[in-house]
Amino acid sequence: MRHIISILVENKPGALSRIGGLFSGRGYNIESLSVGVTGDPNISIMTIVTKGDDRVVEQIIKQLRKLINTLKVRDVTQVEHIEREMILVKVQALPKNRTDIFSIVNTFRAKVIDLTGDSMVIEITGTKDKNKAFLHVLEPFGIIEQVRTGSVAIGRGNKATTEFTKQDIKQED
Amino acid sequence: MTKTGAEILVDCLKAEKVDVIFGYPGGVLLGIYDTLFDADLRHILPRHEQGGIHAADAYARASGKVGVCFATSGPGATNLVTGITNAHMDSVPVVAFTGQVPTALIGGDAFQEADIIGITRPIVKHSYLVQDVKDLARTIKEAFYLARTGRPGPVVVDLPKDVMADKTKYVKSPKMDLPGYSPTYEGHPLQIKKLLKMLESAKRPVIYAGGGVIISEASKELKAFSEKFNIPVISSFMGLGAMPTEHPNYLGWLGMHGNYASNKAVTDSDYIIAIGTRFSDRSTGRISGFAPKAKIAHIDIDPSSISKNVSIDIPIVGDNKAVLKQITKYYDKYKWEKNEAARNEWMEQVRSWDREKPFSYKQSDKVIKPQYVVEKISELTKGEAIITTEVGQNQMWAGQFYNFKYPRQFITSGGLGTMGFGFPAAIGAKIAMPDKEVFDIAGDGSFLMNMQELCTAIQHRLNVKIAILNNKFLGMVRQWQHLFFNNRYSYTCLECQPDFVKLAESYGCIGLRAETPADVEKVLKESLKVKDKPVVMDFVVDREENVFPMIPAGAALNEMIFGNEG
Repeated sequence: MRHIISILVENKPGALSRIGGLFSGRGYNIESLSVGVTGDPNISIMTIVTKGDDRVVEQIIKQLRKLINTLKVRDVTQVEHIEREMILVKVQALPKNRTDIFSIVNTFRAKVIDLTGDSMVIEITGTKDKNKAFLHVLEPFGIIEQVRTGSVAIGRGNKATTEFTKQDIKQED
Repeated sequence: MTKTGAEILVDCLKAEKVDVIFGYPGGVLLGIYDTLFDADLRHILPRHEQGGIHAADAYARASGKVGVCFATSGPGATNLVTGITNAHMDSVPVVAFTGQVPTALIGGDAFQEADIIGITRPIVKHSYLVQDVKDLARTIKEAFYLARTGRPGPVVVDLPKDVMADKTKYVKSPKMDLPGYSPTYEGHPLQIKKLLKMLESAKRPVIYAGGGVIISEASKELKAFSEKFNIPVISSFMGLGAMPTEHPNYLGWLGMHGNYASNKAVTDSDYIIAIGTRFSDRSTGRISGFAPKAKIAHIDIDPSSISKNVSIDIPIVGDNKAVLKQITKYYDKYKWEKNEAARNEWMEQVRSWDREKPFSYKQSDKVIKPQYVVEKISELTKGEAIITTEVGQNQMWAGQFYNFKYPRQFITSGGLGTMGFGFPAAIGAKIAMPDKEVFDIAGDGSFLMNMQELCTAIQHRLNVKIAILNNKFLGMVRQWQHLFFNNRYSYTCLECQPDFVKLAESYGCIGLRAETPADVEKVLKESLKVKDKPVVMDFVVDREENVFPMIPAGAALNEMIFGNEG
């Protein structure tokens, strides 16, 4: 099963390597990893997409909570959530193909952000499935390069998945 | 008042009530050592950093306090790695201070620079690189707090040379900043009720006590719980000493070289209450064959130990002692008489298994049996000595044939299995408990790994006994080669070795040798007369004696093999 794990972590030296090292040291799988600062500059949020059966994922979450620098660890896939990933893709765009590519870009609600005589850079944001479909239709034109952010996710509704209070530190499931 | 980093460090150590440091100086530690020179702190100089951290580790295990060691940057720090891992695997509170090159040089491959924080990341509870002297006092306070609370473990504090020379205003009790750390001590009442409800209906219950019982000082509560409901207690190897070996409810220890009754009881039990144990592979045997008929409750302070290896029916996160105390509050709510007869019958059953197949060996009048040496040590020290071990056959025989009486008495490298641990551990234990007789039950291979510490032991006139069960083999590996590799003794023969008696004497220690069974008692008695220096005893034992019972790798607890009954 694919799980998206959200980790609030103190923005301290070495904190991120402790998390990355935990995955490699214990043989857990990482599909993608993204990290950025939260509204509080002392706290970062990391989103890790991993795969494993329930027992493995339970261990991953427990091991992450055990780290001194982690403030909150949640399996976002346990709640209703929205997931997005952004890709910048550079594609061959000979003049004869441009119209076709623009039409694909519009269909997928992507954006052309750079254009040369024979290439384009396109930005697309979406779920993993949508992005995969987009790349698939672009493929025949010749994809030169792609750069992706890895997934980020947020719970639906008015409750923050990321805010934490002292009371619920590491207690909530 | 402003102070240098080195002065603050010493003040902080005193504030933590540290009374001994196991340390090895070096280039970047010069400032700290200059301050230590006048400080009122006992300093023990090991002859290798590994010896220092093992001694600090055993000091912590024997005393319950935090062990402290120092090593310089680069090679000094990397020499600690085995010892840090050892403390991590066995949950021992140790704070390891390492020197580091000046902050301006970090990352430039300076002389004696090593990224010790990076190297030790997977083997510490937590670690710090102190980059500003203003953070020093808070960092040290946090380091000691993290090491000794929750599930204890090693903390590394890396100290760059310039930070130790920088000055700042010293604040005596800095505020800790650990928002992500709050161990759970009290168990959840609902879960505790579930544990008791299940016990009410159990007919063949077993308590499985691990090293966590010793760490949380819960022996008294464990004994009371067992006696209240007449439940047999089985320990893990790390749990040896949690219950006196001779207590009528204590059955023995389970696992690869544990006793028949314990392994059989776990296999036949319908309810296991595990306390402070991590279900290691050496204890459980093949997981699919572990306790096939039992529901399992598990009390542990570390949530990640629960359902890690064995799936748990009733998890209780909390301190073992606190939870065992909480349990007593609910005793009246259940109908214990319902299954009292069944529990008593079960107790009789497991005791009969123990009578049927106790740990045993075939005595000889020609050659010294290693088990006999351990038995004699147990008898002559009246089960009161602190026993440290090396790793391998010596370790297993120590666990099988010494009659332990109290917690913190048995100091062994259970998780990591570190050869060379036992002798420096004996030094640390002796310093922690100077009034106790301390024996390192050793193998010849392991002793050779840290024998340089004879120099440390004689320097401090430490009364430690080293009993080498000398079979001129890496005995346990040889045993596996014998059983599973067709007697092909590939590189396990240690026929080239020093004369251990002369070796001891060269350091100014006492060296004794026993070559026949009749010598054993004589040599041990003579060693016990020595009170002011180490004694190395070379017991020339049966070379190809094996440790039994044994559960081969991949087999289940009820698939024991035997061999020594004669």
